[in-house]
Amino acid sequence: MRYVLIGNSAGGIAAIEAIRECDKKGEITVISDEPRIFVRGKPHINYSRPLISYLLGEKVTLDKMPYRGEDFYKDNRVELILNRKATKLNLKKKEVVLAGDRKLPFDKLLIAAGGMPVIPEIKGLNSGGVFTFTRLADARNIKNYIRTNKVKEAVVVGGGLIGLKATEALMELKIKVVIVELADRVLSATFDKKASSIIENALGRKGCELITNNTVVEIKGKNKRAEGVILKDGKKISASLVIVAVGVRPNIELVKNTPIKTNKGILVDAFLQTNIKDIYAAGDCCEAEDLLLEMKRPIAIWPAAVRQGKIAGFNMAGARKEYPGSFAMNSVELCGIPTISVGETYPEGKGYQVLECFDQKNSVYKKIVLKNNKVVGAIFVSDIERAGIYTGLIKDKVDAASFKEHLLKEDFGLISLPKEYRKHLVAGEVAVI
Amino acid sequence: MVKRIYIREEYCMGCRLCEVHCLVQHSKTKNIIKAYKGEYPKPIPRIIVEEKGYVSFALQCRHCEDAPCLEACITGAMYRDKKTGAVLCDEDKCIGCWMCIMVCPFGVISRNIEGKKIASKCDLCVGEEVPVCVKNCPNEAIVCEEEK
Amino acid sequence: MAKRPTPTEFIIERDEGKCIACQVCVRMCSNDAHSYDPETDTVTSDSTKCVGCHFCETICPTGAIIIKRNPSEFKLNANWSAQVIRNITKQAETSGVLLTGMGCDKPYPVYWDHIVLNASQVTNPSIDPLREPMELRTYIGRKPDRIELTAHSPQSTEKNKIPSAMDYRLLTKLSPQLKLETPILFSAMSYGSISLNACISLARAAKEIGTFYNTGEGGLHKDLYEYGAHTIVQVASGRFGVHREYLEAGAAIEIKIGQGAKPGIGGHLPGEKVSEEISQTRMIPVGTDALSPAPHHDIYSIEDLKQLIFALKEATRYSKPVGVKISAVHNVAPIASGIVRAGADFVAIDGLRGGTGAAPTVIRDNVGIPIELAIAAVDNRLREEGIRNQASLIAAGGIRSSSDVIKAIALGADAVYIGTAALVAMGCNLCQRCYTGKCNWGIATQDPYLTKRLNPDIGTRRLVNLLRAWSLEIKEMLGGMGINAIESLRGNREQLRGVGLSDTDLKLLGIKPAGEAW
Repeated sequence: MRYVLIGNSAGGIAAIEAIRECDKKGEITVISDEPRIFVRGKPHINYSRPLISYLLGEKVTLDKMPYRGEDFYKDNRVELILNRKATKLNLKKKEVVLAGDRKLPFDKLLIAAGGMPVIPEIKGLNSGGVFTFTRLADARNIKNYIRTNKVKEAVVVGGGLIGLKATEALMELKIKVVIVELADRVLSATFDKKASSIIENALGRKGCELITNNTVVEIKGKNKRAEGVILKDGKKISASLVIVAVGVRPNIELVKNTPIKTNKGILVDAFLQTNIKDIYAAGDCCEAEDLLLEMKRPIAIWPAAVRQGKIAGFNMAGARKEYPGSFAMNSVELCGIPTISVGETYPEGKGYQVLECFDQKNSVYKKIVLKNNKVVGAIFVSDIERAGIYTGLIKDKVDAASFKEHLLKEDFGLISLPKEYRKHLVAGEVAVI
Repeated sequence: MVKRIYIREEYCMGCRLCEVHCLVQHSKTKNIIKAYKGEYPKPIPRIIVEEKGYVSFALQCRHCEDAPCLEACITGAMYRDKKTGAVLCDEDKCIGCWMCIMVCPFGVISRNIEGKKIASKCDLCVGEEVPVCVKNCPNEAIVCEEEK
Repeated sequence: MAKRPTPTEFIIERDEGKCIACQVCVRMCSNDAHSYDPETDTVTSDSTKCVGCHFCETICPTGAIIIKRNPSEFKLNANWSAQVIRNITKQAETSGVLLTGMGCDKPYPVYWDHIVLNASQVTNPSIDPLREPMELRTYIGRKPDRIELTAHSPQSTEKNKIPSAMDYRLLTKLSPQLKLETPILFSAMSYGSISLNACISLARAAKEIGTFYNTGEGGLHKDLYEYGAHTIVQVASGRFGVHREYLEAGAAIEIKIGQGAKPGIGGHLPGEKVSEEISQTRMIPVGTDALSPAPHHDIYSIEDLKQLIFALKEATRYSKPVGVKISAVHNVAPIASGIVRAGADFVAIDGLRGGTGAAPTVIRDNVGIPIELAIAAVDNRLREEGIRNQASLIAAGGIRSSSDVIKAIALGADAVYIGTAALVAMGCNLCQRCYTGKCNWGIATQDPYLTKRLNPDIGTRRLVNLLRAWSLEIKEMLGGMGINAIESLRGNREQLRGVGLSDTDLKLLGIKPAGEAW
């Protein structure tokens, strides 16, 4: 059996582990367009993408970037092709064509190509000092650019997760940052207004300027160096570094013009298989089931990518496992404030019940969203302890009618849950709830 | 054979001795008096005791077979020990992003923000024959048994 | 009105160098003797609240707590002891009857400690119980006056063949018996006076060892029915929890007339202890006081007792032994004789030092006679009347060790009941505050915060260990005497000698003084 995996991050690595659990013999080949990095002469052959902001902010050193150790590929007997892009799929021949025309035949293929930064239409994007921020190379390039150009001011386009993590990293490097966000607040995709306001205030306290309801239309530069940006309303901001972080979209380039069905991402069934037999997809490039919305959509988060990679790997290796679905969630610490958001955090429409407690002074916010007495979403700012219990309730769709009033209490815990469910959780006993 | 910790809430007295011994086990000196009186930052226990009315129970990492924290960990710090089956956190690698806290349905991973931010969780007392919470529970409300 | 302060009975000594303010003691003390001050991050103790149960001392992880008797208090006075002064003060304040728990703690002579056992030397060989069979099995119940056998196998009539035991058939119909693998039973302790977890521990231990526990007048909780084959169900003056299934569930029935700790008075379970579960088990409304009258209101004579004995035998179709429990009082011998003649299959006698969950101190400490004298008197009397075989004799009240057991049997008992010793095995330290319902060990309480402290797995294990240890010691002592069955020791007072006893004591006990040969 020849397994070919495109992508060497969360989805790809999880798939390797799953395949090797079931199939010790098959050949596994992993293709990645990421280069090999050398740290003090030692090669690192994978890294954790979410860590790039930590690297930029000098909270993590390069040697801490690998997600799996050096021996991972050797131990799992994986052939690794780095620094090479898969350019074409030949479905009839069951081949992946690599840049440089090398052809790789496969019996089972996993596409875990991840996401791509969305590039908005801005004039002057090609001037120096303009970066996206999704890869290790971006972090290193930005760092070099800052050093050589002695950057003091930067503009971050986009107040989403990537934009804010980039901002935080830049502020660590004592650079003054202006965030320009199209929406009326930061983190509008996952947070509600109160949660956003806490982060906005914290950013403000740290000296970061936030411009909302606005966007960059042009980047002015001289001698291949950015000097400033012009906003939609004509306002000018001087900055020698511009980070474009308006979002990511599934990387589906490879399957374009193939019979593999796509929407925003590559469409997969409950077994992570595409509409073409033996071709699977996982991670940020695919569109799998959203457990809460009960529809398919890309959920570009790490845990979902790992789970999808794992399930895809199992299915590729012949162990039939179903993907239970996932839902949006994230945990981010911004300006020293830990935050967690899960599920439907900003419900619109009827039938929702919202429980919340908000202590702006201490930056503490807790919000629970219920629908038909089931928890469907939650936001935690500052006080995130035991947030996973709520995530569990969302996942298991537990009827919360009997303990609803305890949800926001200080001492909320498993003890607040119905005894049968608690016992089931703790002892793994079968529970009827 | 993987051993698992089972909790028997009907016999938990709520004394929290498990917490005390867990804290000591994860202190620098492993000496109960020094751990409480001489170590700064004060070590934190990795076991949680929940109490409501007369019901109480201790809870620590279940070392789930299908552990969501393993999947959620972005650094690869969370790993399963091949020998014991325990889910452990490589504190050197952990950056304190709290993804694991977000997904742990038992709420048994906590933030250790004294010094470097790291996720703090039960490690089944690596090196000990029996985890100290089990060994020191005066009423056998925490027991370590081979997986049922 | 402010209470006049009196010196506390105990002093809680906290070694500040060792105290880590973990607050385990604070959480565990049901008397709130310890408290935590978050401002100073220290734990302090209020000795006035301490009852001396030593739970905190046992559980403190650093050994920082020592409970001491208060050494400095009143001027030393042999007549007016601190306890006497404290009692008077309490009564002057409350005008109440002083209550207490457990058995009499006054220093009456303990005859066990003045009786020594014999051992074989040269002329008769001792037996090593680890190498040779040693029989502790004991049957409780009426034994026939004589037995009739018939040869039933045709082969046995063959010439020259020595018939084997299998060739005979017993013609005599035997009375129902309780089979004990060791001559020790657990005394009557009701569900109500002790927690369900304590009852479960006793029941499971009885089952594991092959002996019996006794329900007391608490009825039989639904969870205990499965241990019916190891249960003696009690019928007492309040008749609480007595119904057909109850009587049928037990292996034997005991009519309780009296209790060593409180001869002549009834029982009282306060309404606050009558929880839903207890109410169902005792068949009384939740929250009502469970009052057991002093006498059975239908028993005013031996004849009345006989009616109840036979009513119970009828009700259970003569399938199980029916016995009677009385406290050891002055007239214990003739009363026991009457009981045997009334048809009881066993007589349980509870001595002066027998325990209780709650009794007036004055009764507990001043009424009744020591069990040692009662055993001797009853055994003598029944022998003299030629009816000793008609009932078994179970001795109770202050059996503390295997040597007490073996001495009781040599004095004439068939078996013994242990209550206090069983409680101690489960954790009790005899603080004597059972009546408060705040037992920190989870034994004498119904408070759900406290009852869970007794894990029946542990309780059972400890009780089983105790009985195993005692049984082993009994075997060792028997072997030393050259006896290989406990049956052969029963009433064998030649194996006993008195040390430091008066002639009268010796006469009453029916034993020779130490130094006197056979």
